[in-house]
Amino acid sequence: MDFYLGLLQIIGVHTLLGLSAYVVLLTGQVSLAQAGFMAIGAYVAAMLTVLAKWALLPAMLAGGSVAAVVACLVGFPALRVRGLILVVATLAFGEAVRLFFFNFDYQIAMGDIRVGPLGGEGFRQIRYFPENGWTTFQVMVFIWLVVGTVMAALWWMDRSRAGAVLRAVGEDEVAAQSCGINLTAVKVLAMTAGGFIAGLAGAIYAHYTTHIEQGNFNIMVATFAIAYPILGGLSNVFGTLAAVVFIQGFLVEGLRFLGDWRNLLFGALIVLAMNLRPGGLLDARTTAALQRLRILARDPAAWRRVMGQLASGAAFSGAHAAVRRRIESWRGSPGA
Amino acid sequence: MLELDNLSKHFGGVKAVDGVSLDVKKGEIFGLIGPNGSGKSTIVNLIAGLLLPTSGRIIVDTRDVTGLQSHALVALGVARTFQNIRLFGQLAVWQNLWVAENRDRQRRSQPVVPRWLNGFAADRERIGKLLEFSGLAHKRDDLAANLSFGEQRRLELARALAAEPKLLLLDEPAAGMNAEEIEELDRRIRAIRDSGVTVLLIEHHMELIMAVADRIAVLNFGQKIAEGRPAEVQAHPQVREAYLGKAA
Repeated sequence: MDFYLGLLQIIGVHTLLGLSAYVVLLTGQVSLAQAGFMAIGAYVAAMLTVLAKWALLPAMLAGGSVAAVVACLVGFPALRVRGLILVVATLAFGEAVRLFFFNFDYQIAMGDIRVGPLGGEGFRQIRYFPENGWTTFQVMVFIWLVVGTVMAALWWMDRSRAGAVLRAVGEDEVAAQSCGINLTAVKVLAMTAGGFIAGLAGAIYAHYTTHIEQGNFNIMVATFAIAYPILGGLSNVFGTLAAVVFIQGFLVEGLRFLGDWRNLLFGALIVLAMNLRPGGLLDARTTAALQRLRILARDPAAWRRVMGQLASGAAFSGAHAAVRRRIESWRGSPGA
Repeated sequence: MLELDNLSKHFGGVKAVDGVSLDVKKGEIFGLIGPNGSGKSTIVNLIAGLLLPTSGRIIVDTRDVTGLQSHALVALGVARTFQNIRLFGQLAVWQNLWVAENRDRQRRSQPVVPRWLNGFAADRERIGKLLEFSGLAHKRDDLAANLSFGEQRRLELARALAAEPKLLLLDEPAAGMNAEEIEELDRRIRAIRDSGVTVLLIEHHMELIMAVADRIAVLNFGQKIAEGRPAEVQAHPQVREAYLGKAA
C-alpha cells in the first residue's frame, strides 16, 4: 500500500513539474531551467520549515515565490534568445543553480544536531511531516490538493483570454505583436508562473523525501519536465497528467520487473508513443471528440440519433443487426 | 494622419527604402505601388514597428512614433495585415479576434469570473458581430487553420479591425484572390474608409488599387518616383518606365 501511496506522491510532484513547463511551452519557449526553479523552491521551503520553524503552507508559498522571482529575472535576458539558444541558456542556468547548492552551506545547531543544507552532502532531516504526525496517506492527499488547485487554475487560465494570448504568442510572435500583444510581458509572465509552479513542486518534494541534494535537480529532471507536456500534448492540462502517469506510473514503475531491459524499452515506448500520437497523448482531436461526447450526453435526442446511425451503418452483419434490434427495443419502436 | 519624413531603411549596402516622404490624410485610401523589391513591404514593416528605420521619422496623428514597438503602435491605433497570411491556426476563428480586440472594449465588459463561468458567451457574442462584417459568423468556432484561403484573408482583415484602428495597413490583401473576391474586397475597403479609418493599401492588382485609392504613391528601388491621383500616376512617364521598361 505504501508503495502505491509513494507512487501517487511522485506522480503528483512530477505533474506539477510538467505543468510548470507546460505554461512556458504554450508561449513557444523550451526551458530546461525548470529543475533549477524546483531546486530553489525545495531549498527555500525546507530551510523555512526546518531552520525558521515556519508552517508548511507559508513556507511552500515562499519557496514558490522566490522561484518565481528568479524565473522572472531569468526571463528578461532569456527573451533575447530563442529556439536552441534559449534551450542552451536555460540549461546553463539550471546547472548554475545545481552547482550553487552543491557549494551552499548554511547549518545551525538545533539541540545536539546541526541541520541545514551542507553542500554535496545535501540537506537532511527535513522532518516537517513526521514531526507533525502526518501519515503517508495524508501527505498524498495534501499533494493532490495542491496539484488539483494548480490544475484548476491553469485550466481556467487556458480557457480565458490569457490562454488564447499565450497560444497566439507560441504560434506566431510577429502576428501576436501586430495584434497588440506585448511579447516581453507575456513571455516573462509565463516564465514567472512556470517558476512559481516548479517552486511549489520542489517545496513538496523536499518535504516528502525529507532529504534533498543537488543531484535531485539535474538535467534529467529538467528533461522530464519538458517531456511531460510535449508527450502529453498542449491542448490542455490533462495531457501533462496523462504523460506523467504514463511515464512515472507505467514506464518507470510498471516495467521494473524487466530489470535492466527496462531502460531500453522505456526509450522505445516513448518513441512509439510520439509516433502513434504526434500531437501528444491528449491531442486536439481527442479533446474535440471528448467535447462532442459531453455535448451528446446532455442531449438525449442527439444521443439516440448517433446510436441509430451507428446501428444502421453496421446493420449488414448479423451481430450488428442484433445490436440494432436491441437498441430499437430500448427505444420502444415497433418491429423490435 | 500618417506622415513619413525622409524615411530610410538600409540592409547592409541595400537601400530598401531610401528617403521616402509621404503624407497620408485622415480618412483617405492611400495606395502604395511599385515593382517587386521596390520597398513597399519594408515601409509597412517600418510603420508597424517590426523594423527600425535607419533614418527619418514616422508620425502618426501628430505624434512621433519612430522606434515604438508593434504592440505600442496597436494601442495608438495602427493595425495591419500581412502579405502572407499570419493567423493563429490552432486557435478558433473567434479567438483570433479575441486576442486582437481593442483593450478599451474589453475593459467595458464584465469582470472575468462571471464571464468565465458563462463560457465567455458574451465575448463570443460580441466577436460574432465583428465576424458578421467579414461573412465568417458561421465559422466562429472552427479552427482558423481549417478555413479556406479566401476566408483566411477575410479573417486576417477582421483581426486587424478588431483592434479598432485609426490607421489600417493592408499589405497586398488581394494576393491570390479571384475576380469575385477582389470585387468584394473593394467594397469592404471602401466600407472601412467610410467608417472613418484611414487606409494605407499596398497592392499589385492595378485594377483594384486604381479603382479604390484616393491617392497613390509609386516606389521604385526604394525611392518615391511619383505621387498623385490614380489617373495622374498612370500617365506619369517615370511610372510607365518602371513598370514597362524604357522605350527604345
